[in-house]
Amino acid sequence: MSILIDQNTKLIIQGITGTEGSFHGKQMQDYGTQVVGGVTPGKGGQEALGVPVFHTVKEAIDTTGANASVIFVPPPFAASAVIEAVKAEIELIICITEGIPTKDMVTVNAVLADSSTRMLGPNCPGLISPGKCKIGIMPGFIHTPGTIGVISRSGTLTYEAVHQLGEVGLGQSTSMGIGGDPIIGTTFIDALSLFLEDDDTTGVVLIGEIGGTAEEETAEWVTQNNFQKPIVAFIAGATAPPGRRMGHAGAIIAGGKGTADDKKAALKAANISVVDSPAEIGSAMKKLIS
Amino acid sequence: MKIHEYQAKELFRKYGVSVPFGIAVESVESALKAYQDLGSGTVVVKSQIHAGGRGKGTVHCPNTGDILLEGGVHLAHSKEEVEQFAKTMLNHILITHQTGPAGKEVQKLLIESGVDIKRELYAGIVLDRVDRKFVFMVSTEGGMDIETVADKTPEKIVKEWIEPETGLTNTQAITLAKALELEEDQIDSAVSIFSALWAAFSENDCSLMEINPLVVTGDNTVMALDAKINIDDNSLFRHADLKELYDPNEEDAAEVEASKNNLNYIKLDGKVGCMVNGAGLAMGTMDIIKLYGGEPANFLDVGGVANAETVSNGFKIILTDPNVKSILINIFGGIVRCDRVAKGVIEAMESENITVPVVVRLEGTNSKEASQILNDDSFDFIVATSLGDAAEKAVKATGVTS
Repeated sequence: MSILIDQNTKLIIQGITGTEGSFHGKQMQDYGTQVVGGVTPGKGGQEALGVPVFHTVKEAIDTTGANASVIFVPPPFAASAVIEAVKAEIELIICITEGIPTKDMVTVNAVLADSSTRMLGPNCPGLISPGKCKIGIMPGFIHTPGTIGVISRSGTLTYEAVHQLGEVGLGQSTSMGIGGDPIIGTTFIDALSLFLEDDDTTGVVLIGEIGGTAEEETAEWVTQNNFQKPIVAFIAGATAPPGRRMGHAGAIIAGGKGTADDKKAALKAANISVVDSPAEIGSAMKKLIS
Repeated sequence: MKIHEYQAKELFRKYGVSVPFGIAVESVESALKAYQDLGSGTVVVKSQIHAGGRGKGTVHCPNTGDILLEGGVHLAHSKEEVEQFAKTMLNHILITHQTGPAGKEVQKLLIESGVDIKRELYAGIVLDRVDRKFVFMVSTEGGMDIETVADKTPEKIVKEWIEPETGLTNTQAITLAKALELEEDQIDSAVSIFSALWAAFSENDCSLMEINPLVVTGDNTVMALDAKINIDDNSLFRHADLKELYDPNEEDAAEVEASKNNLNYIKLDGKVGCMVNGAGLAMGTMDIIKLYGGEPANFLDVGGVANAETVSNGFKIILTDPNVKSILINIFGGIVRCDRVAKGVIEAMESENITVPVVVRLEGTNSKEASQILNDDSFDFIVATSLGDAAEKAVKATGVTS
């Protein structure tokens, strides 16, 4: 099994006629994802990637029965694209866009809080349930179907972890990037709750990084909820200087808070297996599973 | 994006936030003229750099490193004192607990009229990442390091979370003012300053605002004596006016150059230069270099698409740092095929004059073909097969000269 997406997921692409939207849309189709339509305001009635383009998300859902939307809309318009999808009552939004102003995301999250829509991202690579469905920009071929869940604040570091899992013969149930921004929709805890309930997920790889307190809260949640599936964690940024934003908008040690050491200590205290080397993610999981 | 105190105070003035009279200057002569313009009474001479802790910092001679002055903020009561402080601070290095050991060159001073201070308070607006809202904080413990207050006496910080649809409400502003134990005739002034601060924060897409101290003056006005503002970089597309406040002198020259080429570069102190695609993997690469006994010379994320041009620009930036003794290229080729990346690396090597060993690790689509291309090339690449192997080879190579 897998979480959030599978072979039955019907996807629309917001921004399907843009460079990114059409390129990755094609990649997703090639992987086997059911792309049922796209949305570009002003281009409704046209066709792109062999599927119909609509003016609005509502029209797209009403016509195609889509239950997920991936957003490749540029930063100035991304927040309103998300809000439009929430108002149209889509089940799942995957927001790939990097560079959305924080103030906009505060507004988006207030709208999300009053809805039943789940959002992944923004500033994330998306998610994949290998062999079933890929929504996002990750290279599909590095993934293999299996029983390990992957949750990460990063993009290429997630691919690295998946690659290592593959090398030790461990496939993935679902692998997701939750995004590198300070405000994100789906958190580590949200994703862990889903993996906890998924009987076919037997272990979880968690990739955090400096900045914020998401890993510390996750550690506390793992303890409180007696999470029994093995978790391997890596925290990027042990060598990052304080006060500097390390590429991701959310990756910054501010006021002495959000260091890799603090996060590792919190995760270890929750009996999570923490690796110091990003090269040992796969082998550590193999050890725990076998 | 950080802005200077004097710029933040100009912004405050536009929003009706009370601040002291002040003039920003870049020379001793203008400092003296400012002193005269401010009425030749008591003034504060404040060094303007993008770092906190200026008052407790030390001013150093850029050539000898000798300490010239304790503190980067000084009261001056005469023309002679202003001249003395301006001479000692301008174009010299101020080191504070936030600047790092290299410190920052003081290129501007803010000359401000002295203020009759009754009480020192704190006000700040930050993002609460957990609650996904902005939070307005006040404390009676003004003038102190707020992180220390938060650690030792968290009850002395009062917070109001701001709903995006309402903004800071009048009720919340009153709650905050009362938490500061203000007298009846000071409350109105505080409420209006809090509303103005929130308006300035929100309308300018700030990511951080701190007023430490916020003071009550002798005539019961609440005034921002200091001002620290960071602007959300992601919002700059809609703030052409704020973009003008950017001060490239505050940044490392190589970092400024890198950002012009859309590369994310941060200079560090080690010997192993690294070039990686993706921020998380770039941090992970730095970390593993350290685990193998080396120190990373930089953080460099060349972005998702690693082609000859980005790799070439990456080399240029890394090699501006004379400490670099080896370069580790770690690319996880996903949708971009590794053989193409390899060709890009070779093309970049041909266009740049690279004299340090280069370790290349390409993983992902067509990685075998990529290794073959690199091995066959006339340049003596050190080809690595895994992340650990790459880090080990790159650290080892810092002892080698080619």
